[in-house]
Amino acid sequence: MTNIKKTPLYELHDRLGAKFVPFAGYKMPVQYSTGVMKEHLHTRSSAGLFDVSHMGQIKVSSKRGDAVGLLNCLEELMPCDLRFLSKDRQCYSFFTNDRGGLSDDLMIANRGSHFLIIVNASRKLDDFSHLEKKIGDRCQIELLADRSLLALQGPLASKVLEKYNSSFARMFFLDVKTITLLGVECWVSRSGYTGEDGFELSIPSEDVKRIAEEFLTHEDVLPIGLGARDSLRLEAGLCLYGNDLDEITTPIEANLNWAVHKVRRIGGEREGGFIGDQIILGQLASGTDIKRVALLPKERAPIREGCALFETAESTSSVGHVTSGGFSPTLQKPISLAYIKSDLATKNNELFAEVRGKRMGVTVTTLPFVKTKYKIKTKE
Amino acid sequence: MKFTEEHEWLRLEGKVVVVGITEHAAEQLGDLVFVELPDVGVNVSKDDEIVVIESVKAASDILAPLDGKITEVNDSIVEDPSLVNSDPSGEGWFFKLELNNLGDLDSLMTKEQYDAFIS
Repeated sequence: MTNIKKTPLYELHDRLGAKFVPFAGYKMPVQYSTGVMKEHLHTRSSAGLFDVSHMGQIKVSSKRGDAVGLLNCLEELMPCDLRFLSKDRQCYSFFTNDRGGLSDDLMIANRGSHFLIIVNASRKLDDFSHLEKKIGDRCQIELLADRSLLALQGPLASKVLEKYNSSFARMFFLDVKTITLLGVECWVSRSGYTGEDGFELSIPSEDVKRIAEEFLTHEDVLPIGLGARDSLRLEAGLCLYGNDLDEITTPIEANLNWAVHKVRRIGGEREGGFIGDQIILGQLASGTDIKRVALLPKERAPIREGCALFETAESTSSVGHVTSGGFSPTLQKPISLAYIKSDLATKNNELFAEVRGKRMGVTVTTLPFVKTKYKIKTKE
Repeated sequence: MKFTEEHEWLRLEGKVVVVGITEHAAEQLGDLVFVELPDVGVNVSKDDEIVVIESVKAASDILAPLDGKITEVNDSIVEDPSLVNSDPSGEGWFFKLELNNLGDLDSLMTKEQYDAFIS
């Protein structure tokens, strides 16, 4: 267990006063000297730089130069419509398993000659094996070891990047583009994990330190750790694999129905055909026993992962549990994500969470907790 | 002022000690967002978990530093937990404790010992 990995930016983090935590086998900055609260608020008001180089970047291409075959292979593993995903566009999806659960959630980009999949750090080796096992006979699978990943997020992110190349300004949410930045070819997507407008940049590892240092010379940019990354994504209502998603929870239970694209649903043009399709499509038609919801605690104590939920202050049988919870720096109050019995999952319904032996009131609410600010392309 | 390995400071004021967390601890915990204090009048034993503090990221317990009775708590840190970060050894105090044995204070660290402990 001593074999802990570091990203190419480890020394830079250390110099910036980072406090490190082990995360998915990496020694990662949880916060810098600024602190989680200010890092969070800075990202919402200005621009935050995140090192997410621990995440997996997987390139998938056809062994036979067969574009349709490549789409079909990938569609066996995820319930999305990749034919509709144009060149240089990205979408959210997940690898399903035969129980209808999720073995990971991901972002997949169509790069013309290949697809680029960004996966969770903790799952990347399993994802690679899964791809190899299922479609490795027909597709070339590469877990890119020589590229790092930076995210620049927040309302000023675009302004910062446009100073280097005006192409950034012409991208919309979920667009993907290869852009030369300080002489380096970067694979850029206008996306992120904060609910803000922002970009993720895949950069050759040998150049990432120079680029990160350059970004940090802007007074609008501060380095942001994993602590604020978690509170930002929670405010945006985005799931964290391992907390809110796992191998036994289906996307329908997780309320990610929108990510099971129309053509893959019952009656669709390419109905099913992905791992666990019967269970997932069955649930889409007839509902699930439990559902992911947003909760607003009534008191000031954060209600964190693992807390049991009850229908009343006295009832003894639990009706669900919290999977992510914390304090929202933007709202200045606690927020939680939870799985509860579906018949209780209606807006404004009141439940109780058990925290340190005490029952505390919570209200079911809608997501996101904080309005997202993606730069979405409106129809011409 | 005396210090515990749990990063609390204790300042003797007459027959009671005022208890808070050290600047080092406040810095390590990060911005506090929630504090739950014990009831006034309760008897506590050393190492009882009597205070809950939470940062954006995590919850921690503060233990009773010695045996005694809670005589007063600082409600202003419940109202504004950030006081603990901005003034940990002043306005950010947690509670006052009437010790069962004043002599127990001798078992705790001095400032020099604590500074060595955290370095």
